[in-house]
Amino acid sequence: MTEPERPPVADWATDFDHTKAAYATRAPEIWDELRGSCPVAHSDRFGGTWLPVRHDDVSTIAKDTDHFSSQGVVVTDWRPDIPKPIGYAPPITSDPPFHKIARQFLLTAFSPKAIAELEQPARVMCNELIDDLLAQQTGTVDAAVQYAQHIPVRVIAAMLGVPEEDGDLFRGFIHRILENPGGVEVAPEDTMDAYLDALIAQRQTEPRDDLITYLTRSTIDGDPLTAAHVRGTCALLLLAGIDTTWSAIGASLWHFAQHPDDRRRWTDDPAVRPFAIEELLRFYAPVTMARLVAEPVEVRGCPMEVDDWVLLPFPAANRDGEAFERADEFVIDRQRNRHLAFGLGIHRCIGSNLARLELTVAVEEWLRRIPHFELADPEQVRWSTGQIRGPRELPVRIVATSDTAA
Amino acid sequence: MKVRFDRELCQGHNRCYILAPELFDTDDEGYAVLRVEGNVPPDLEEKARLAADNCPEFAIEIEDDATDG
Repeated sequence: MTEPERPPVADWATDFDHTKAAYATRAPEIWDELRGSCPVAHSDRFGGTWLPVRHDDVSTIAKDTDHFSSQGVVVTDWRPDIPKPIGYAPPITSDPPFHKIARQFLLTAFSPKAIAELEQPARVMCNELIDDLLAQQTGTVDAAVQYAQHIPVRVIAAMLGVPEEDGDLFRGFIHRILENPGGVEVAPEDTMDAYLDALIAQRQTEPRDDLITYLTRSTIDGDPLTAAHVRGTCALLLLAGIDTTWSAIGASLWHFAQHPDDRRRWTDDPAVRPFAIEELLRFYAPVTMARLVAEPVEVRGCPMEVDDWVLLPFPAANRDGEAFERADEFVIDRQRNRHLAFGLGIHRCIGSNLARLELTVAVEEWLRRIPHFELADPEQVRWSTGQIRGPRELPVRIVATSDTAA
Repeated sequence: MKVRFDRELCQGHNRCYILAPELFDTDDEGYAVLRVEGNVPPDLEEKARLAADNCPEFAIEIEDDATDG
């Protein structure tokens, strides 16, 4: 693969690099090692980056919007050039007080009651994907490539009003922007911005019942949103809505492929499912956010300077033994689970209800139709690099389907 | 048992609405709304505890009756 030219990591406490395949594969072990030895790691890479791995530090930083700005949320070699407090993709890149304004008019579309209406269509779609998998009759299928990745693409494409057939295009944007930032040069007409600008212009002349149209008609203090604001929010919904949920679904199936007892519990005990979903989110939280230091500050004795990056590894916080009993164990019916998979504070993932719905339906339908499956070859599972962690290749062998298992 | 809910701390995670819909509703924007005033009915006490134990923002607190302990 085309990794940017960066040397191998010498030491995870002083030279970590979250874009390396080595980190993608064994991140949980790295967090555990650091938590015991160096809970706020540092690296000179990307112009200076910190990695706190303890739950209380991650929480404190997530809530401290005075010292930590969201102007940049994806760590890159450069610093973002769209000024505070709006940033490139409001509201995720916005700081108070603008953040609240940019978030407010999106909340209703993503509230649990609005999202609940998407359950039936999502279920139908998952079953269509499974029909296709089973029709193949090869016995081995890729649960990430052929199943997990399609679910959020279709759901968010429908909400936003972008053509579902452009799924490959979106995945290209995602790879470039989130998994390999700065890795490739792109012609201006091939950028995501150009793609979105064309769609937005189209909606302005031909409105539809979708989120892009809604954004083109939204106002702040009576004025329409700027073109950059509409584009940035569309970019956010497209990028953040896809590979995150794809990762969570993939990681959950990776788990169930290896844990027949948990598969059985899920199938036999529907009451455990809401707890199981939150435990999957805790244990396999896909998202690590980032902040830029806005004012000099000290965290656990570490002097953080203006414009340093700070990674917020929510999955590492979720495995901190100080915050969770038996933190390193997957407990399918965990009763106390204040996990941070969707972050914390004012930037709580706005799509969390949608993500939870998609994950629940995707796992439910898979396990209903394919109650017995296993990893075809553990060596062939490939995890994504960068700030969103999940299996990108996940070959599984189907042992029994609902037709054969009866 | 009483439930105390701090709307200022709520960020709309909706964990309480999922675990205890009898006790928590959500508003149009997805923030929690406490549905009970005064004492929690005894058959919902366990759900109230679950809601409190799973709120990532610590926005829900349980006040046990003084006579219990």
